[in-house]
Amino acid sequence: MVADAKVKVAVRDLTIRYGEDVALSDVSFDIHEHEIFGIIGPAGSGKTSFLRALNRMDEFTTGMAVDGRIVLDGHDVSEWRNLYSLRRRIGVVFPLPVGLPLSVYENVALAPRLAGVRKKSELDEVVERCLRRAALWDEVKDRLDSLGSLLSGGQQQRLTIARALSQDPDLLLLDEFSIAVDPVTTMRIEDVLKELREEVTIVLVTNLVQQARRLADRTAFFLTGELVEVAETEELFTGTVRDQRTRDYVEGRFG
Amino acid sequence: MPTRTTGETSGSSGVALDIDRRDLAWYVDKAVAGLVFVAGISAIIFIIGIFVFITREGIGFLTSAFDFKEFFGSPAWRPTSERKATYGALALIAGTASVTGLAMIVSVPFSLGAAIFIGEFATGKTREALKILVELLAAIPSVVWGFIGLSIMNPLIIETFDVPIGLNILNSGIILGLMAAPIMTTIAEDALKAVPDSYREAAEALGATRWQVTRRVVIPAAKNGLVAAVLLGVGRGFGETMAVLMASGHSVNMPTSVFDSVRALTATIAAELGETAMGSDHYRALFTLGILLFVVTFVINLTADLVVRGIRKR
Repeated sequence: MVADAKVKVAVRDLTIRYGEDVALSDVSFDIHEHEIFGIIGPAGSGKTSFLRALNRMDEFTTGMAVDGRIVLDGHDVSEWRNLYSLRRRIGVVFPLPVGLPLSVYENVALAPRLAGVRKKSELDEVVERCLRRAALWDEVKDRLDSLGSLLSGGQQQRLTIARALSQDPDLLLLDEFSIAVDPVTTMRIEDVLKELREEVTIVLVTNLVQQARRLADRTAFFLTGELVEVAETEELFTGTVRDQRTRDYVEGRFG
Repeated sequence: MPTRTTGETSGSSGVALDIDRRDLAWYVDKAVAGLVFVAGISAIIFIIGIFVFITREGIGFLTSAFDFKEFFGSPAWRPTSERKATYGALALIAGTASVTGLAMIVSVPFSLGAAIFIGEFATGKTREALKILVELLAAIPSVVWGFIGLSIMNPLIIETFDVPIGLNILNSGIILGLMAAPIMTTIAEDALKAVPDSYREAAEALGATRWQVTRRVVIPAAKNGLVAAVLLGVGRGFGETMAVLMASGHSVNMPTSVFDSVRALTATIAAELGETAMGSDHYRALFTLGILLFVVTFVINLTADLVVRGIRKR
């Protein structure tokens, strides 16, 4: 990335606690516009907590306390008075696919409906566009009315991505999306993500080190709540000057 | 060679010992399995026993004095008439139906609203406190509700609506609705709780408000459980006796307005059974009312159960 890349998300002195436990301790970094920003690190390193803080899902998690600033497009996320409009700008894909107990069509049409879209033609257009983007359209176009929760795991995860895209987010958060997906589907989704980079900024949390290497422009390494380092992905994987812990982790010596 | 043979023998006898070994845990397990089997079976035996009993007592009436047209078509319940006793249950059926109907109108919005508040909106201590309170409400004995109907609702209705008597459909419907509401709330809340949190999170991540999450995702997912909650509430109202006996006025009447006194099926049995001669037509007619009640509540509960099972299959 060029040095003058536009900053999409600026994280400053972010600390996240669950009661006495510190999940993330005093981290600061920038996420640039139109990049895939990878976050790697072993379980319990604060990756998911960061995503939850970003779209303020913390407000429904009892005991989760967030300090510091997360600035999205120049505005601190905590200043968004309408929490829901903040969330509508951010698409989230969870580790386990969640096909809502609605039809395939309604799963994707839900967000536009929530935003007040009523016209059938408009909804049709959004549903088809998003399912195509998520590489799912060909498989489900003949059964848009069947339950989304009846699709296979891999299909449901792509349905989740289509749903995340349906709200036209400018920030897409993926939390270990490939955990319950077979390798072939994972590859298809990765291809989708590479294309999406043109339009949205993507934050990819993953515990597959190689996945970050394949996809991310820049990568941050979190370890037990600490930001060990953040760098161009290739630099992180091949660079000579870096933290010994990062080297150990990306080379598979622990984690 | 001989040494080896001995070794093998002792080895295999060791295995054989283990096969037949019955330790304390094994006996306890068998005993508990037997006990819970008896307990489980007894519920079914009791239900069948009750059905056999009320059918046997009522069957004599059904085969001899029972007049289908009179029973379901006539409002004249005059079992003690000197000249000619008539057993028209229509007024009683209408009484039960009108009271239960009004009770549902009162309790369904209240209890579904309460369940949605407890399950989806309230958090932490508020939620826990409300759940305990609702369960406490469900434990209030029905005679206490009847007492409230008699001593508080009665004068209140007379004063507010300027009617001669306050023991009527309105009174007993409200009392019965308040009685059924806690049970419906508890069951409906269970149904909401059965909806996985991942659904809520997924919808919230899309920018849905609490109410949008509830309306678009949680309620459709919990639909079957909610229907079952309402049905069980209906069953509860239908079978309730004491509160209805005390608050409804207990007079045989085809109701034309909510200010009419009525008499319920259950209350009729409770009030009259003690004063009839065993084996008389009147006695048997009361058991026929019992069969009717049994069949209706059985069908309601069975439907509720099937509806709930429907959700599990999916």
